[in-house]
Amino acid sequence: MRLLLGTFFTFALAAIVGLGATWLTLTRGVAFGSLTIGAWTAWPKSGSQDIDPYAHAGIARGGELPIGIGDGVAFYARADDTRQVFDGRCSFVISGMTPAARFWTVTLYDTNGRLVANSIDRHGFTSQEVVRETDGRFTVAVAPQARPGNWLPTGGIERFVLVWRLYDTPIGVAATTIGEGPMPAVTRKGCS
Amino acid sequence: MIRWVLWTLGGLLLGGIVHLATVLAMPRAATQDAYSRIAAVTPVNNMVPLPVPSAQHSVLPFMDPAFATAVCRYDLSAGSIKLNAPVSEAYTSVTFYSRDSVAYYAINDRAAGRRAIELDLMTPAQHAQVPEEEDVTAADRLIIDSPTRTGLIVLRALAPEPGLMPMAQRALAAAKCHSQAVE
Repeated sequence: MRLLLGTFFTFALAAIVGLGATWLTLTRGVAFGSLTIGAWTAWPKSGSQDIDPYAHAGIARGGELPIGIGDGVAFYARADDTRQVFDGRCSFVISGMTPAARFWTVTLYDTNGRLVANSIDRHGFTSQEVVRETDGRFTVAVAPQARPGNWLPTGGIERFVLVWRLYDTPIGVAATTIGEGPMPAVTRKGCS
Repeated sequence: MIRWVLWTLGGLLLGGIVHLATVLAMPRAATQDAYSRIAAVTPVNNMVPLPVPSAQHSVLPFMDPAFATAVCRYDLSAGSIKLNAPVSEAYTSVTFYSRDSVAYYAINDRAAGRRAIELDLMTPAQHAQVPEEEDVTAADRLIIDSPTRTGLIVLRALAPEPGLMPMAQRALAAAKCHSQAVE
């Protein structure tokens, strides 16, 4: 009797611990070999055959196709420079410079990777269409209400994700992680 | 008391094994992975454009809306695949994904260095059967080995401005993927 009870207890514990850990790691997006610059994090290895098992499981479950390492690299941001999680009812400013790349795009998604409906049908900018200052720097306002200049609407949703994709870039391909930057700064400018 | 500590330790150890096994099995067990989603809307061994993602509809999550996308869902069991993709004016890339969503090869227009990206895709076994002299004479013939029998070839063409999307889509419309069925 005791043996039966003990075995049952062990199996139940194993199921809870094992499946719980899997669920946690997949929903939180645990992956190794990340490259973080400011608010932005990329997993360059996810675009190659060296993808780690956690990233692989997450991609299979989510249904996305990772950007191939010969194509480019994608940086994800879920929070600003001070680690405050993005809130679509607040406004944020992305400003600065980007690392060397032939083209880049910045896109706003909800946490499930869907584009967000908005009045001007804008979901992002490309390096070619963003309005720059004379020194090549740019400022993108991420806000629920219209802003002059480069306005990326949040649609007022609660949580959003920004993805910065660099195409045809040495970032992530080179072995060194030192001096990979700069990535644009992301600062919060208050909430409505 | 000691007995229960041992039962707990055993449970934790077994839990760790369950965790690792489920993580490793996930790519094979997932029913809503990219290949399954694309298989639902595309024929096999044919290059078809995917709709540009919008707030209402997107075939896959986290698609870049600045790109026109075309997909060839391949099956190499009948023979190798020949891919021919003219490059657009801005930026074009080809990425090869295995059945379980691993991007095993990617090349862009500049790396390809020509007006069109031309590639042969085969299984390692089919590659081994390619006559050697043919391999040598066609020095610029690029052969890619697919780790899985089925998978995806994804073509992406950038529209640097929203108005240039039709141009990017036209460039992709000329792309072809043919099965070189063995006679």
